[in-house]
Amino acid sequence: MASTMDNASKLGKPNIEHKNRLARTLLEKLDYDQLTNCMRCGFCLPACPTFKETGMEPASPRGRIAMMKAAVDGLMEPDQQFQDQMNLCLGCRACEPACPADVKYGQLIEQTKEAIEQHASHSLPVKLMRKTLFKALFPKRGNLKLLGHSLALYQKSGMQSLAHKTGAMKLFPKHLREMEGILPPASGKGVVERLGTFVPAKGEAIARVAMFRGCIMDVMFADTNVNTVELLTEAGFDVYIPQEQVCCGALHAHSGEMEDARSLAAINIDTFKSLGVDYIVSNAGGCGALLIEYDHLMQEDQQYAEAAKWFASRVIDISTLLVEKGRLPQFAERSSAEPVKVTYQDSCHLRNVMKGSSAPRVLMKQVAGTEFIEMKEADRCCGSAGVYNVVQPEMAGSILEHKMEHAAQTSASYMLTSNPGCLLQMKLGIDKHLPSEPMKAMHIVDFLHERMLFSK
Amino acid sequence: MLNESVVQQLKSIVGDAYFRIDQEALIAHSYDGTPMLQALPDGVIYPETTEQVSEIMRIASQYVIPVVTRGSGSNLCGGTTPVSGGIVMVMHRMNRIIEIDMENLTATVQPGVITGEFITHVEELGLFYPPDPSSMKISTIGGNIAECSGGLRGLKYGTTKDYVLGLTAVLPSGEVLKTGGKLTKDVAGYDLTKLLVGSEGTLAVVTEAILKLVPKPKTKKTMVAMYKDIYGAARTVSSIIKQQIIPATLEILDNATIQVVDDFAKIGLPRDMEAILIIEQDGEPEVVERDMASIYHICEQEQADRIEMAQTREQAEQLLTARRSAFTALARLRPTTILEDATVPRSKIADMVLKTNAIAKKYNVSIATFGHAGDGNLHPTATTDARDQEEVHRVEEAFAEIFEAAIALGGTITGEHGVGIVKAPYLEWKVGTAGIEIMKGIKAAFDPQNILNPNKMFAKETKKRVVIQHG
Repeated sequence: MASTMDNASKLGKPNIEHKNRLARTLLEKLDYDQLTNCMRCGFCLPACPTFKETGMEPASPRGRIAMMKAAVDGLMEPDQQFQDQMNLCLGCRACEPACPADVKYGQLIEQTKEAIEQHASHSLPVKLMRKTLFKALFPKRGNLKLLGHSLALYQKSGMQSLAHKTGAMKLFPKHLREMEGILPPASGKGVVERLGTFVPAKGEAIARVAMFRGCIMDVMFADTNVNTVELLTEAGFDVYIPQEQVCCGALHAHSGEMEDARSLAAINIDTFKSLGVDYIVSNAGGCGALLIEYDHLMQEDQQYAEAAKWFASRVIDISTLLVEKGRLPQFAERSSAEPVKVTYQDSCHLRNVMKGSSAPRVLMKQVAGTEFIEMKEADRCCGSAGVYNVVQPEMAGSILEHKMEHAAQTSASYMLTSNPGCLLQMKLGIDKHLPSEPMKAMHIVDFLHERMLFSK
Repeated sequence: MLNESVVQQLKSIVGDAYFRIDQEALIAHSYDGTPMLQALPDGVIYPETTEQVSEIMRIASQYVIPVVTRGSGSNLCGGTTPVSGGIVMVMHRMNRIIEIDMENLTATVQPGVITGEFITHVEELGLFYPPDPSSMKISTIGGNIAECSGGLRGLKYGTTKDYVLGLTAVLPSGEVLKTGGKLTKDVAGYDLTKLLVGSEGTLAVVTEAILKLVPKPKTKKTMVAMYKDIYGAARTVSSIIKQQIIPATLEILDNATIQVVDDFAKIGLPRDMEAILIIEQDGEPEVVERDMASIYHICEQEQADRIEMAQTREQAEQLLTARRSAFTALARLRPTTILEDATVPRSKIADMVLKTNAIAKKYNVSIATFGHAGDGNLHPTATTDARDQEEVHRVEEAFAEIFEAAIALGGTITGEHGVGIVKAPYLEWKVGTAGIEIMKGIKAAFDPQNILNPNKMFAKETKKRVVIQHG
């Protein structure tokens, strides 16, 4: 039993010499003002997917912030349980728009994960996987392309079916096996290889935009990237696709690898700044949300802070740009006489960080011959959350199961999304939980592109 | 610290997963919505049935362990902070709506039901449950009963106490008490139902409640009246009541509150106004039309600068949701917001607003004012920083004087948030020595060992009264 007031006697961080190394790093990294700004009203609780699943306060934003503060204040040791609880957070940031006090939870959890990562002792296989993913794969375009080629080869050559028949896939954990089954056909040919680095607007140009092609998008969903460019040019935009651009760094940032994220950001800022475009367009909410926060990511960097603000102020999602600035083409469903039912799963980062939840709905409602059905809790995370579904399969699985119950209630033919991670998760969900439903998961760009009436 | 045998016995009641003594659970149940208050419990338990609650209380009694019952922990009086350690009992797993009785118009619910979800559920059935505390999106019915929560609809519809017909509650001894029933009339003995409502978890643990439902009003209309002068807004409130119109909602927001609420909700509130009133009337269409027209006229007479009617239901809901965020939104100004709910007879609302502003000036503290003007229940809120002890001290002095001023106007120290630990030193100011003694007697009759939410409601020492210079 202990009654403690805030033990900081003067404004600023508490003056404590922590013995625990992680506590020391947390004290150094965490924004103490943000911790204090959380007044524990609890308005974030209903927005939090992990609180909803567990019903336990520690698995809520308020609980996690209280633990961060307790660790910094020396009320608790940031032990393994503390670290597990922080890693259980999806990072969907649905708590931020719910917070009247404007607490920057996204920054706090990223600072916490960065501190945890600094002291992490990963097992050898995990170390190897992290190194491959974060250092060799996402940032290196050549290797990603190579992966695309090999995946394409694996899928086309019969090796995939061989792997399935021989049971070789059984060597992987169940959730990875399920994931492998729904991967779309990969391609070694990205959007630049197919369209070049500049595609002019159809008709008079409204604005000059640069496309952020993404790393995974351009390998797994290269068609979506091509369709994005065609939607943009049709709507009146000159589109640049600079070849020097690299991975946005989101997966790094969300996993606590902040330095890597910052070096990737520096390359992207240089690349896009030299083009001097009006907008930087993203078709993946996960990437867009980090791009739009480059100003925060680089605020301590004297060389890049200003340029990062320029960059961040120009980032916009494809749907928002089309609706707010574009000359919208006509869209029509031609496959069926009956109205085709369409529903939508929000990308958390598009909704909560880029504030872009209305434009996709506006677009869907404009497609002639379709009926938009709002899915219950469409604004709730689907459990994909970057690499979350790979590292936290249990929680991701139960979130997805509930999501699919709501999906089934819409009896929609199409489940649209605005982010590759969500798209894969929706494909997985339909495959696993609604195998008999004629529901198809698609990126909203592809859906619109298929139904666009092109100008001559 | 709980001894190993107690830990094992509690685990055997609810299962290993639902009795926790790990660090994470203790930290996450060491606070509620009250600023500058934190204390660690020794354990956290999540019961699922009345029988489990009864068994838990038997053990707590046997070993004399404090028990603090808790819903979502959103209260503002320190009511669920375990200041004496012991066990925090979280009622979230008891979250079933057991029955909606369409013949008696009652609902039977468990305490962990979320207020907002319950309201939505009954409205889908064409019924209405009026108590709507601003925290209703997360607050529980059990928490509302413990604190006798009010809300935006208090002036016309009353508060939680007016809707509780019967309770099942577990006494500290573990005995199960049943009060009231699906009855509109019941004078069999003392009204234990009403006694338990607002008892702040100090007398018994509510495990089931029978609630009164009313027919859902046919229509609702909402308007915003905007003022360059806050006194004009406050006068409007008294004028409306004086003309014998009782709106469903009559809320006031001052300029500081308007600014932060609009920063959060972004619905285009008039940032240049000194105050706004949000006024809603519900009921039969012709009555609503007539009342709104009269109110419009009164606002004009009291020099409202602009008056706007909400054009759609969505617009009206946005306004009310924005208003509900006011308390937390004020944390945008400074990290710590200390909110009180001094309440006065509604004819005195204008006097109270003036008094509050004068007191804020005297102590050199920032106090924003918003609240349920129509029922005299204001929420003067100080924006400060817990780390600045000197300023926090001035805030406390200012609030003591605000309480004194409210009592002098015939009001009370708290209208709907409860006494808890925060207002305990002031309780005697309102109820007097005799009041305190009789309340202590009731506490002892229910809880002779003082294990239910100890050190709440009754302070070790009453705060010395401030002498106000009247004039």
